Amino acid sequence: MNSIPDTLEGLISLEYRHGFETSIESDEIPKGLSEDTVRLISARKNEPEFLLEWRLEAYRRWLKMTPPTWASVHYPPIDYQDIIYYSAPKSQKDGPKSLDEVDPELLKTYEKLGIPLHERAILAGVAVDAVFDSVSVATTFKDKLAEVGIIFCSFSEAVQHHPELIKQYLGTVVPVQDNFYAALNSAVFSDGSFVYIPPGVRCPMELSTYFRINAKNTGQFERTLIIADRGASVSYLEGCTAPMRDENQLHAAVVELVALEDAKIKYSTVQNWYPGDKEGRGGIYNFVTKRGDCRGARSHISWTQVETGSAITWKYPSVILRGEDSVGEFYSVALTNHRQQADTGTKMIHVGRNTRSTIVSKGISAGFGQQAYRGLVRMARSATGARNHTQCDSLLLGDRCQAHTFPYIEVKNNTATVEHEASTSRIGEDQLFFCRQRGLSAEDAVSMIVNGFCKEVFKELPMEFAVEAQKLLGVSLEGSVG
Amino acid sequence: MLSIKNLQASVGDKPILKGINLDVKAGEVHALMGPNGSGKSTLSNVLAGRENATVTGGSVTYQGKDLLALAVEERAREGIFLAFQYPVEIPGVGNVYLLKAALNAQRKHRGLPELDAMDFLALVKDKMKLMEMNESMLYRAVNEGFSGGEKKRNEILQMVVLEPNLAILDETDSGLDIDALKVVSHGVNSLRSPDRAMILVTHYQRLLDYIKPDFVHVLSDGRIQRSGGPELALELEREGYAWVGDATNEGVVAP
Ligand SMILES: Nc1ncnc2c1ncn2[C@@H]1O[C@H](COP(=O)(O)OP(=O)(O)OP(=O)(O)O)[C@@H](O)[C@H]1O
Ligand SMILES: [Mg+2]
Repeated sequence: MNSIPDTLEGLISLEYRHGFETSIESDEIPKGLSEDTVRLISARKNEPEFLLEWRLEAYRRWLKMTPPTWASVHYPPIDYQDIIYYSAPKSQKDGPKSLDEVDPELLKTYEKLGIPLHERAILAGVAVDAVFDSVSVATTFKDKLAEVGIIFCSFSEAVQHHPELIKQYLGTVVPVQDNFYAALNSAVFSDGSFVYIPPGVRCPMELSTYFRINAKNTGQFERTLIIADRGASVSYLEGCTAPMRDENQLHAAVVELVALEDAKIKYSTVQNWYPGDKEGRGGIYNFVTKRGDCRGARSHISWTQVETGSAITWKYPSVILRGEDSVGEFYSVALTNHRQQADTGTKMIHVGRNTRSTIVSKGISAGFGQQAYRGLVRMARSATGARNHTQCDSLLLGDRCQAHTFPYIEVKNNTATVEHEASTSRIGEDQLFFCRQRGLSAEDAVSMIVNGFCKEVFKELPMEFAVEAQKLLGVSLEGSVG
Repeated sequence: MLSIKNLQASVGDKPILKGINLDVKAGEVHALMGPNGSGKSTLSNVLAGRENATVTGGSVTYQGKDLLALAVEERAREGIFLAFQYPVEIPGVGNVYLLKAALNAQRKHRGLPELDAMDFLALVKDKMKLMEMNESMLYRAVNEGFSGGEKKRNEILQMVVLEPNLAILDETDSGLDIDALKVVSHGVNSLRSPDRAMILVTHYQRLLDYIKPDFVHVLSDGRIQRSGGPELALELEREGYAWVGDATNEGVVAP
């Protein structure tokens, strides 16, 4: 009778918009992983001895480890010998000295992605570090930031120019043996971003990194390290895309944040890796370890993530609240559609007195999407007066998707308080009917309802990225009416 | 404006509407009464295009178009408005946001320019005065935490902002206190015009004291059993519905 069915069944599909591939010559090493691979990567990057040793230590430990099996995600075993561990755009061998030296093809790619690398960057006031496959290709605004003593550069550059900072902080938040993927990353990481904000400096602009996997059969293992010294503050955003491919690609990143006394780090992610097609072919395996250390008193670390991409997401941005009165936050929107799987959440480890943490997790599942929230709140014996509040909501579209909640709570100090609220709801046909009865299209209605559901998280994102995130959710959900 | 012919609809396998005939002309107000479960909401929903009831027979013509062939939002944009018996909550979506999106979707459909934030706000504030609503309601999530009466008032606010051609009000009076009933009726009456029509679903005469209907129909067992003028409502108030079932004069059409 009606030309447009108002059921929610798969109100939810649009072609992945970033699925193009850039043809640039790249310098790759052969597939496979051995001690020699690790040495080769380190040599290509001209690394100091201590770093090579650190990598080798990680590699040896990784050999003895097995992939975690406790997460609610399912995938065939990964052949770690069938992956290329280093791929760099060829012309970048010696590293670009300025934007003019960056391959124009590459710049075009970033333009297609909507990344403000040139004047647009200035308008937006965003400093961008762009990581293409394994190598950081351009960092804008470096000079301007240097004036106030901020170091914002690729990880490789930091290794060359600030080895003492790398030596002091690398692996102090996520030790090499932390988990299988973190160990792998530590052994073979190729590049990433490095940020250091000196004491008392508030970073005058949003810092931002875009990651893109381009080359085939390539794993991406980037490593990000952000240090906010005493009284410093910074807001950092990370975005990700990848071309469409039928095979799965591995992305195993590590992000370490260190906040000293009175420092504040806000880390926002908009993750839109290729999720695979409707039947679940292809897509990125996103196995990421992100952790912040509130090392100083009154320090503050906040994670905000909008996860709409990847075939599989395994990710738990966490905060260790060591300093007295330190604050940890986790705001998350995760969307799984079609055959996507996500097992995501956070860990808040309260060590210091009067530490506080807030967790707001919004999970949206559609199609055959599978999603689990997994959150740990640990109140150590020393965490007198510590408080946590967790709110964990799931929204289901259609009846073939699933959402699960696994809260783990460990309290060893009886003055600590932990609150947990959880809800699961379905986008009601009644809500959808109501919006359409007022004149909105079904797609606009779903997008509006979903955005309303995510509002508490979106308001934590920097303004321009909040808009981007809203659009992304709209895109990920629209398309199958009719 | 609206012509319903032998309309039949089922929920699941259960026939609910068993042959409704009703003609509504521009400028008219029709009251639709009848016992609980008789199919009043089902009829309202079928007219608005909700698919939980399946149309199994008959036809509906609206402004010369085959209404049943239109999608829900197309009907809305063509000027059909349904005030819900049980208004829906939408957490996190601001009232003002929904209203603006709805109005602009409808204006676009009619080839009118979309209103910008300033013009829209001026319009909606004006309408809120009419509905004696506090402006803070604009910035709250749609119906979330609203009292029963506030929700009903909010439905009518949407109606006066959208200015529909055919308004179907499903028990908008239920749950309203005496003062609110007056305000809501005032809002509804402000929309009465020779180009508009209304169908008021109600159980109570008191609404009809404020909004004078031209015709009253009694729906029972999926059919309109009786039709008449305003006096029919008074009769019902006195006698109840017990007797309407006897008057199985199928296919009574409003004169
Ligand atoms: N989803 C459903 N499943 C089964 N029966 C249903 C469903 N929806 C409606 N019905 C039945 O359809 C009949 C008509 O319901 P409807 O809501 O239209 O009545 P109404 O006249 O509006 O009643 P009220 O005055 O109580 O609002 C009722 O018997 C109701 O139980
Ligand atoms: Mg009803």
